[in-house]
Amino acid sequence: MSTSSPRQRQARPSRRYRLPLRARLAATVGGAAGRASRLAGRGDGSVIGGVIGLRLQPDLLSLLAEGRQVVLVTGTNGKTTTTRLISAALGALGQQVASNAFGANMEAGLVSALARAPDATIAVLEVDEKYIPSMLAATRARVVVLLNLSRDQMDRAAEIWLLARRWRVALAAAPNCRVIANADDPLVAWAAGEAKQVTWVAAGQRWHDDSWCCPRCGSHLRRDGDDWYCRECSNRRPPVRWMLADEQVIDPAGRSRPLNLVLPGRANRSNAVMALAVAEVFGVSVSQALPAVAQVKSVAGRYTQVMRKGCAVRLLLAKNPAGWLEALDVLEPGPVLLAVNAQGPDGRDTSWLWDVDYRRLRGRTVFVTGERGVDLAVRLEADEVMFRIVGSVDEAIDLARGPSLEVIANYTAFQQIRAVLGRTA
Amino acid sequence: MDRTLRLVWIYPDLLSTYGDRGNLLVLARRAQLRGITVEIAQVNSDQRVPADGDIYLLGGGEDLPQILAAKRLHGDGGLAAAADRGAVVFAVCAGYQIIGAEFGGVDGEPVKGLGLLDIRSGRGDLRGVGEILADVDPALGVERLTGFENHQGVTRRGPDVKPLATVLTGVGNGDGTEGAYAGHVLGTYLHGPALVRNPGLADLLLGWVTGGPLPAIDPRQEELVADLRAERLTAVQR
Repeated sequence: MSTSSPRQRQARPSRRYRLPLRARLAATVGGAAGRASRLAGRGDGSVIGGVIGLRLQPDLLSLLAEGRQVVLVTGTNGKTTTTRLISAALGALGQQVASNAFGANMEAGLVSALARAPDATIAVLEVDEKYIPSMLAATRARVVVLLNLSRDQMDRAAEIWLLARRWRVALAAAPNCRVIANADDPLVAWAAGEAKQVTWVAAGQRWHDDSWCCPRCGSHLRRDGDDWYCRECSNRRPPVRWMLADEQVIDPAGRSRPLNLVLPGRANRSNAVMALAVAEVFGVSVSQALPAVAQVKSVAGRYTQVMRKGCAVRLLLAKNPAGWLEALDVLEPGPVLLAVNAQGPDGRDTSWLWDVDYRRLRGRTVFVTGERGVDLAVRLEADEVMFRIVGSVDEAIDLARGPSLEVIANYTAFQQIRAVLGRTA
Repeated sequence: MDRTLRLVWIYPDLLSTYGDRGNLLVLARRAQLRGITVEIAQVNSDQRVPADGDIYLLGGGEDLPQILAAKRLHGDGGLAAAADRGAVVFAVCAGYQIIGAEFGGVDGEPVKGLGLLDIRSGRGDLRGVGEILADVDPALGVERLTGFENHQGVTRRGPDVKPLATVLTGVGNGDGTEGAYAGHVLGTYLHGPALVRNPGLADLLLGWVTGGPLPAIDPRQEELVADLRAERLTAVQR
């Protein structure tokens, strides 16, 4: 399908009116349902509207994406944050950017995001890992961002090698798409390996336990500092254009400059460098993009600090072993509350708790809560971490009796705690 | 036991998809609570399998790593030699299939296993995902199994093995039984940290090494695990 030139785009007053009548109706009805859902307090309304719209017009996403420059962001961890950082970086263009900023990352969420912003010529959309092939085909994305791949919700997600293989096939079939890929993650590098246009980024990899083997031949991978290579086939880390070096970003010209992000931790510095590499595709320089990226301070409740009964409560979301590793890295001193559920969105299998090394919590004040708090308690006991089981975040605050409380929670546990602390969190 | 207990974790680089480390930690903890000194060897696929282990552990894995692990273990020979002299082998999920005579490859083609258990595995039509409950062979004296399974394997037993358990809820081997054992080699589809909720199974393995009854563990050290077992048994029966 041909894409419209910039001139054609300007000649048309609003994208919405270019849609076929039925699609226009679908987008409008969907939007109304989303507003109704928000008013009824059933969430932020970003999914229901899309669901209704898609029922009326199954190819609505494709129609809504037409003529826009779409960026798709995927990976096991950091999708929501990176989507936000890219939107911030592209703010320098002075154009409206459509985005599913609240993490609704399946087809209905993408439809809602585009329908809400009919005049936005750029869209930055996070996509669930499983849906990259179909969303890439539907949106004819200009850029796809691949952050990382690691074990996550194994009871409902595909094995990650199979996922990477699907990415690889889909990206090989999209020659006009530029892939921004993390070269430090061997599985991601393999997934992007047959794409026609790739910007490789040394974004780092903290969690190695899902990439000990070569994705191409299965042999034990050699690692030498940040470098990795296979001794039994020719697979190795590709040369990179962008690099994260501790607190600094090194740009394609080799200039290094401090990131100075408000967001904490190595994982977010990695996300920020990926965002800067995307900005480059749109002609936005580091000096234009970085100030906006650095100022992002909380993303859909993550890293938010809330005052509750005189205690500064900071919320960290961690959904899988790699995410917990990153969250434990950014813990501030003081009492900690850990919360684990195993509802559908969390994965119903708590086995992953045994992949997290909790020993570094020894000697700290640790509280445990959540619907699967006993699973977590048994895990901590095995790592000889002292803890106390509590019924709520408020009980932890009362017992902590300190100026601050760090909270790490998985998905639905995080949402429950946010609800208690108020939607402002 | 008046000497060190040697635990060998086979190929965590290939066979460790979801919490498999839990089995190692549970065995080590339950031995240490009884005053037994523990030594742990984590053996990657580019290293030799030591011959002098007491308990060898194999975890779960995706198709390619599973096939590669089987090939490497054949070439190494250490695990088969250890099993021959009576060492304990505990294998879950993909590891369970590997220690059998044969299992299904990427496209379902048969791949040669180690033959430590007289079982053959292939791919079924449906993936078994969810909580599993199973009653253990009374000869083993182990309480009801509770765990999580996530596999598409179907396993047929030959005459030289006994089923580990009878399935109450879940899929297991696919014929109403779950797992298999022969001598000191035992395999199960309960994936990942299977021993966490089944301390009786962990003690069975430890007892096979010590050859006699194990000293009791301070009940206060068992409370949380008992709570977890009770919670999961109730949740699944409901």
